[in-house]
Amino acid sequence: MDQPLIRGNPGFHEVTETISRVVEIKTPRAWYILISFTGLIALLFVAFLIHLFFTGIGIWGNQVPVGWAFDITNFVFWVGIGHAGTLISAVLFLLRQRWRTSINRFAEAMTIFAIISAGIWPAIHVGRPWYLFYVFPLPNQMNIWPDFRSPLLWDFFAVGTYFTCSLLFWYLGMVPDLATFRYRAKTKLKKIIYGALSLGWRGGNRQWRHYEVAYLLLAGISTPLVLSVHSVVSTDFAVSVLPGWHSTIFPPYFVAGAIFSGFAMVMTLAIIARKAFALENYITIDHFDKMCKIILATGLIVSYSYIVEMFMSWYSGNIYERFTFMNRAFGPYAWAFWIMISCNVFVPQIFWFKKARNTIWVLFVASILINIGMWFERFVIIVTSLAHDFLPSSWHYYKPTIFDIGMLVGSFGVFLTLFLLFLRVLPMIAMSEVKAILPQASTHHLDSGGIKFETEKIAG
Amino acid sequence: MAKEKGTVILAEFGSPAELLKAASKLRDAGYKSFDCHSPFPIHGLNQAMGIGRSKLAFFAGVAAAIGFTIALAMQYWMSTIDYPLIVSGKPFNSYPAYTPVTFALTVLLAAFASFFGMLFLSKLPRFNHPLFESEKFEKFSDDSFFISVESNDPLFNTEKTSALLNEIGGKNLEVLGE
Repeated sequence: MDQPLIRGNPGFHEVTETISRVVEIKTPRAWYILISFTGLIALLFVAFLIHLFFTGIGIWGNQVPVGWAFDITNFVFWVGIGHAGTLISAVLFLLRQRWRTSINRFAEAMTIFAIISAGIWPAIHVGRPWYLFYVFPLPNQMNIWPDFRSPLLWDFFAVGTYFTCSLLFWYLGMVPDLATFRYRAKTKLKKIIYGALSLGWRGGNRQWRHYEVAYLLLAGISTPLVLSVHSVVSTDFAVSVLPGWHSTIFPPYFVAGAIFSGFAMVMTLAIIARKAFALENYITIDHFDKMCKIILATGLIVSYSYIVEMFMSWYSGNIYERFTFMNRAFGPYAWAFWIMISCNVFVPQIFWFKKARNTIWVLFVASILINIGMWFERFVIIVTSLAHDFLPSSWHYYKPTIFDIGMLVGSFGVFLTLFLLFLRVLPMIAMSEVKAILPQASTHHLDSGGIKFETEKIAG
Repeated sequence: MAKEKGTVILAEFGSPAELLKAASKLRDAGYKSFDCHSPFPIHGLNQAMGIGRSKLAFFAGVAAAIGFTIALAMQYWMSTIDYPLIVSGKPFNSYPAYTPVTFALTVLLAAFASFFGMLFLSKLPRFNHPLFESEKFEKFSDDSFFISVESNDPLFNTEKTSALLNEIGGKNLEVLGE
């Protein structure tokens, strides 16, 4: 590698200072402005939620045959966002991609908050969320058990497990950094909170050796989750008989799309956080370059999936499949289809050029366009297939209401508010991991007398 | 404060390499109950300290097997024995459909075992320890490297151990928890 992973050649102490500073400096005015804005949107979401519970899901535009619309679109969108965080923290860890240490912590945080923003939707779309406990395998008053042959139930288990594992992984990785915060805390309350959260961590090798194995195991456990969770989500559609949904390509297609959109979201957030807290030496242009390549690769898989789907609808000779795809591209929802194609197929192609990969504003605009495109992908899949089903007499043009749009925006408010709070109270970059990849952390580092001792003696 | 836990001698070292060297010397001197504190994990310390690899993976493997068994048994019992229910004409024991839930529960239990097993094996949470009395020790979480020797070691002797720590390059010695 021609460039060091961390620029500016900082010492251990400097790493602690730079990263802790994000939490310790006087709250910047911009943070207050941002959080008042996102907090207001999150409150709006809560208000709409209360209205929804009192009135019912009739406040949304959902009508037979479009029984799923914005609700499930948002769910699939947000779960997909989470996948990049897991990919960075788990898959890149197993592949020993050491550049991930600067971005894994806040990418994991993004995962947690995205799953929170996602999990709300299936819970509220059932109409009577107080009966949600029926999906748990608990004895209920009717003495029946959940139907394990149903993809909707698989979904509950997959997303529940995903959230739990992500949370454990995130927290485990944070324990050594919370110990640093415990000592740096200025007020009594902070000392107690960080002290409790750091569990009395003493950084002894008798702890590190178990910690490292636990980290490796959780990474190993999370790796198949990157593939399985969105595969299971895709079976919600693929297992049904609806043209446009009933397709075997769905699991890999959804997984690639999830990583594609998730990396775009990581990029959007990283660009803002790095600028706001002067972390250019830690989140370098190389990080963005590598993320762009992953976005390009997954974007190509997504584009390929679009082509295969269209080809198969023609090649299958099934008139319903053919109609659904012609209708997607040229029917009443053609506008949504072409937004999806422009944002997901054409926009990532600029990442073939190094100049584009290294220009921050290009990355920022492209990452937002990709997320718009990926939201529309789920909208196109869900709504166009449902709106024109087998019975032409029930065909129907779905129109969202103000509550649909308001709650979609509101879920962004919830996500961004949680993320802004995270930036100010928890270490946004994994300090202990960054220190471990510095050159002087090596026991063979020349300046620390590493060359002098004999390895055989140590190995004993 | 933590008298019943005994005394601890704390010594500071300059770099990961020095820590590694000192740990292997303590091991060769016959010490068992000592620990090396660092801001990040240092590879090679397990051998240098004479302690084995963590057994945590075993915990996780057992938990995964339990999760797998419970998930399959639960789904079979619920949909075939306790309350068989005809849904779209599918067989009661549609075992291929059990895959996602079985996978999820296997993974979930393994994750819990990894996390809580790690806490159990590293004896955490523990909020009170003689080491926390030291002002200097807090720098282990920033940029410093320490070795602590606990008094429950059979070779422990405040003077002799301190002398040894000095000899192998330990600085700023502190006796804690007296």
